[in-house]
Amino acid sequence: MGLPPYATTGERVWYYAFRVICIAIFFFLLAPILIMIPLSFNAQPFFTFTREMLTLNPEGFSLRWYEDFFTSDSWMRSIRNSFIIGIAATVLATTLGTLAALGLSRSQMPFKGLIMGILISPMIVPLIISAAGMFFFFSSVNLAQTYLGVILAHTALGTPFVVITVTATLVGFDHSLTRAAASLGASPTRTFFKITMPLILPGVISGALFAFITSFDEIVIVLFVAGVEQRTIPREMWSGIREQISPTILAVATILVLISVALLTTIEILRRRSERLRGLSPG
Amino acid sequence: MAQADAGPALTGASGSGRSRSGLVTADGTPLRRALERAERRRKLAAFLLVAPLLAFLLVVFIFPIGQMMWRSVDNPQVVDAVPRTLEALRGWDGNELPEERVFAALHADFMADAELPRREQKIGPMGIRLNYELSAARGAISRTGRNVESFEPPYKEAFLDQHRLWGDVELWRIIQREGRPLTLSYYVAALDRQYDADGSVVLRDENRRIYVSLFMRTLALSVAITFLCFLLGFPIAYWMSILPMRYANLLMICVLLPFWTSLLVRTTAWIVLLQQQGVINTMLVTLGIIGDDNRLSMIYNMTGTIVAMTHILLPFMVLPLYSVMRTIPPSYMRAAKSLGATPATAFRRVYFPQTLPGIGAGAVLVFIISIGYYITPALVGGQTGRMISNEIARHMQQSLNWGLAAALGTMLLVGVLILYWAYNRLVGADTLKFG
Repeated sequence: MGLPPYATTGERVWYYAFRVICIAIFFFLLAPILIMIPLSFNAQPFFTFTREMLTLNPEGFSLRWYEDFFTSDSWMRSIRNSFIIGIAATVLATTLGTLAALGLSRSQMPFKGLIMGILISPMIVPLIISAAGMFFFFSSVNLAQTYLGVILAHTALGTPFVVITVTATLVGFDHSLTRAAASLGASPTRTFFKITMPLILPGVISGALFAFITSFDEIVIVLFVAGVEQRTIPREMWSGIREQISPTILAVATILVLISVALLTTIEILRRRSERLRGLSPG
Repeated sequence: MAQADAGPALTGASGSGRSRSGLVTADGTPLRRALERAERRRKLAAFLLVAPLLAFLLVVFIFPIGQMMWRSVDNPQVVDAVPRTLEALRGWDGNELPEERVFAALHADFMADAELPRREQKIGPMGIRLNYELSAARGAISRTGRNVESFEPPYKEAFLDQHRLWGDVELWRIIQREGRPLTLSYYVAALDRQYDADGSVVLRDENRRIYVSLFMRTLALSVAITFLCFLLGFPIAYWMSILPMRYANLLMICVLLPFWTSLLVRTTAWIVLLQQQGVINTMLVTLGIIGDDNRLSMIYNMTGTIVAMTHILLPFMVLPLYSVMRTIPPSYMRAAKSLGATPATAFRRVYFPQTLPGIGAGAVLVFIISIGYYITPALVGGQTGRMISNEIARHMQQSLNWGLAAALGTMLLVGVLILYWAYNRLVGADTLKFG
């Protein structure tokens, strides 16, 4: 939508002013995240650009905060914990969520509205309330401060995303394919793995990624349910920010931004592939 | 085998089956019943697929939250600890100090409790419980508990000698009032109220009112954040919706990148930018706009909470707005202009009303998320940027007044569920998308 040649002066001014405003808003969205990346290479323990950095003097830059991060026992343990908990919760949430989505998308499903409401409730309820509830419950069944407790809690938080993405994939699903497989003598299990699964796989994977990032980024539940042994990356960042804020946090933040870029790219590729497979868009 | 199968099929076909519905299946059941059975079986199969997740969430999620809400009215401490005293107090009018037999019953309760193994003792928890209603109650009870074995009749004097609080009619009123298995007193406290001498609910002293104003502040902050998200989200969603798909997708990535970036990373980013020795303050000082000794305090206060949370929640406003704006045909605006409307009028009367579903969806989403937010206010909010979640967490972890935390949490949860219900009526939960 370019500017038409007959535009009045006022329209011209507004046209450019509007774009300047929009670019400023995008700057507000992106700048805070991007500004941490150069700052994480700061040679000084400050959260601001030093004179050396501004003049691009190599002396002003260093990898010391990255070194700090990779040689710190507590940070390394938190990475291990984040991946253990994240992967276990993702596997559980994806399995349970995909099965449930398959059931929900059948037209015969009874009490659909009520059940859907319960299944997505972990997404609606404020985290502090989920955390409080789980704190009391897990303490009473000896699951507080255990890996299993945190994994179960994160599984519950991740399932709504799997249910929603897989249900959305199943909207365009052609059920005559499974009927054809059944009429050719395939058992329901075989039909699922040979016909249904390959078709809904993009939805399942993006649901799994959502579940993983939910667990990977989750802190409130970890604060209440996890013990010292189960500290994850966000939990370690939390105490880093609260207790002794050092630029190591910026190094961690930069690494996390890179991880989220990788995940975002994967999801975008999967989404396009899924749309192409279902014939929703030509490219 | 084949003959045995054929038998009933024949009789069914020639007998009652034909006379009623006319059609039967190969094994002789009327078609309608067979279809109903198949339908039932498919219903069961569908339900069995959902059942594992449903059961899991009921146990790990719904039940714990129900348990927490129950805690906000559950009141076993006094009933469990002093059953004899409560029995003796029955019929007490609450005006004068109870008579000797009540104190004797109290003594008996104390003695019975001391016999129990330490983990099962009930008097200690009762002291903590009564302390929520009357500070110093816990001290009085634990001191009495240590010396109660040496008490001699008359017990009334012995108790009064031990601690002056036993002579306070207020304490006895509280024991009587809280000597019931269910209580509303946590909600009374959560609404900044208290019971007065004749048991009616009145406002607390001015300087002890916390929660109502905190709820109000949480609401005000959420409204402000929602409005700012709308103000910033509307132009960029509009811009994305009029750009060709290729550029729009590129800008969409710019919206999604913050959306996908860890919450703590984004909060850290704002600390880096806004703190006193941070990027913005240093830049302003270097440029000579402000002096080195009066750097702006933009974080650890309400400003910090608003700025950081607006940044964090902006994508939740842009995504629904954009998906609505994409569907509005540009020809409507052209038609309005060709009919003589100025651009401003055309926008106000034609375009804007069509974006209302998107605005509603985005606003409710942002509002629901921000009203229960905990992490960002805790890290950058300081004192003035605290929200109700922070108070819940404080009662959970520091003051350990779990009943009050549960009451505040239940009120918050009910508010969010009502909002969500409204959201659902407005747009439908199925439209929730995550990029």
